[in-house]
Amino acid sequence: MKWHFCPLGDQALLIELGDQISSETQQQIQMFSNFLEDQRLPWMKECIPAYTNIAVFYDIWKVSQLCDKEQLPYEFVCAELNELLKSVDTQNRLSSRKIDIPVCYGGEFGPDLHEVARLNHLTPDEVIEIHSAGDYLVHMIGFAPGFPFIGGMSEKIAAPRRKSPRLQIPARTVGIAGMQTGVYPIETPGGWQLIGRTPIELFTPQEEMPTLLRAGDRIQFKPISFDEYKQLEAEQS
Amino acid sequence: MIEIKKPGLLSTLQDLGRTGYQKYGVIASGVMDQDAHKIANMLVGNTEEQPTLEMTLIGPRIVFHEDCLISLCGGDIGPQINGQQVGLWKPIWVNAGSELTFASYKEGCRTYLAIAGGFDIELVMDSYATYLRAHIGGHNGRALQKGDRLTLKEKSSLSKKMIASLKQPDKPFVEAKWHIPVQMRRPSNQRIRVIEGKQFSLFNKESKIALFNNPYKVASQSDRMGYRLNGSALALSEEKEMISEAVAMGTIQVPPDGQPIILMADRQTTGGYPKIGQVASIDLHVLAQTKPGEEVYFEKISFTEAQKLFIQKEQRLYEYKRSIQIKYR
Repeated sequence: MKWHFCPLGDQALLIELGDQISSETQQQIQMFSNFLEDQRLPWMKECIPAYTNIAVFYDIWKVSQLCDKEQLPYEFVCAELNELLKSVDTQNRLSSRKIDIPVCYGGEFGPDLHEVARLNHLTPDEVIEIHSAGDYLVHMIGFAPGFPFIGGMSEKIAAPRRKSPRLQIPARTVGIAGMQTGVYPIETPGGWQLIGRTPIELFTPQEEMPTLLRAGDRIQFKPISFDEYKQLEAEQS
Repeated sequence: MIEIKKPGLLSTLQDLGRTGYQKYGVIASGVMDQDAHKIANMLVGNTEEQPTLEMTLIGPRIVFHEDCLISLCGGDIGPQINGQQVGLWKPIWVNAGSELTFASYKEGCRTYLAIAGGFDIELVMDSYATYLRAHIGGHNGRALQKGDRLTLKEKSSLSKKMIASLKQPDKPFVEAKWHIPVQMRRPSNQRIRVIEGKQFSLFNKESKIALFNNPYKVASQSDRMGYRLNGSALALSEEKEMISEAVAMGTIQVPPDGQPIILMADRQTTGGYPKIGQVASIDLHVLAQTKPGEEVYFEKISFTEAQKLFIQKEQRLYEYKRSIQIKYR
């Protein structure tokens, strides 16, 4: 496996592992970032894994105490990471968690379901069928707390972003933008086409694990009725 | 305990940010001006991890219901105690019953209030920082409001020694006779130093020249999330689809309209716009003290120089902290 480094400002760097979005790259990124976190390096503040690279934020002051006067903190960190990454065992594939996300499609929760159907010459039921039949991979988490960047949506239900973004999209809304599908964990403005809502919280700041989803998870959307939605929502609170 | 009589424009409790949770998409938040925050804590004998109150442009009105050791650092928005002007960048002992107000705007954008012992608030995901959009951290996950009462934690032994040397119970407040050296608190130059970003080479020649020669005005929509700039439009030599990846505080990204945005404390964790530059960490505090409507100029700095200067700056802070500890030993 090959990688190279690139600075992200003067207190972070990127470990570049590819230039294409793929499940293979996702696996490698997951393995590397899990490994780095397990090392508990005193100078490492945190990692942010993304589609094709991992950002490593380092404490430049701590690094400066460890390296020679002549050496730049960046060079020290690159050298350390290079050695560490060589020792990662990339043979064992990580097993993915499988997460079911119940979704109540259409109605007040999915005001754009009909528009997505119309754009693709389908009925709303066909859109639901295709969306919930997909096998999805969470490539990365970003943009908002617990917001999954999901790959694997059928192009049959692709739909462009709305021309004028909505100022408020309620939390837990499921949407489509281009070839992507996603779920908004918290209320945000946004331009996605909204097709439904899940009663499951995706962002739980009081829990040890603050988000439902992690990079590498496999997702399945399960259609539920409005009554089932209400029942599950009540059980959550 | 202190009581908020008027909240000011935007007063939030912040620390150095929510580290370790960005991989879950959790926004780092934290103070905009880390230097002012660190110095404010240092001046009252706190550790730099303690939360401070970040006050924006129009300050609050605060009553102290107990004796406190405080400091105010950052922008000057005219602090007064019981109607008498007080200085920034120094420890101030405040008698119970006194009132802190802010009279008039002078310079900067954000002032930090540190109180010895620190504010007694809960950690959320290992941080005290208020993250407004997700309603977490700080005081009940929100900006301070009229009537809020904040309790304070046990003071450090250093704070107690500082109080002992300042305290005069017959006065409403006592200012220390010393303050932080000027060179540690004012930007040495008004230009903001910028390192080339990851996609710098993909921008056209005009854009590369414009960034380092033309002024950019901080737009009125700028906030803790990002500074939107108005000036010469920046463009890539040829269109390119970017893949989303992590961003950092100070990242200068360019959306399709060509007007750059500098990402600040409440930035999203990842972004998909090309990054033309990155504000050097040594000058982030200058930017944090720039207010909407003001113009900024960027100056190119090498990555090597940026790291070296940052270490020197941290070294100065460390030495100053030591000198305070020695002074009150």
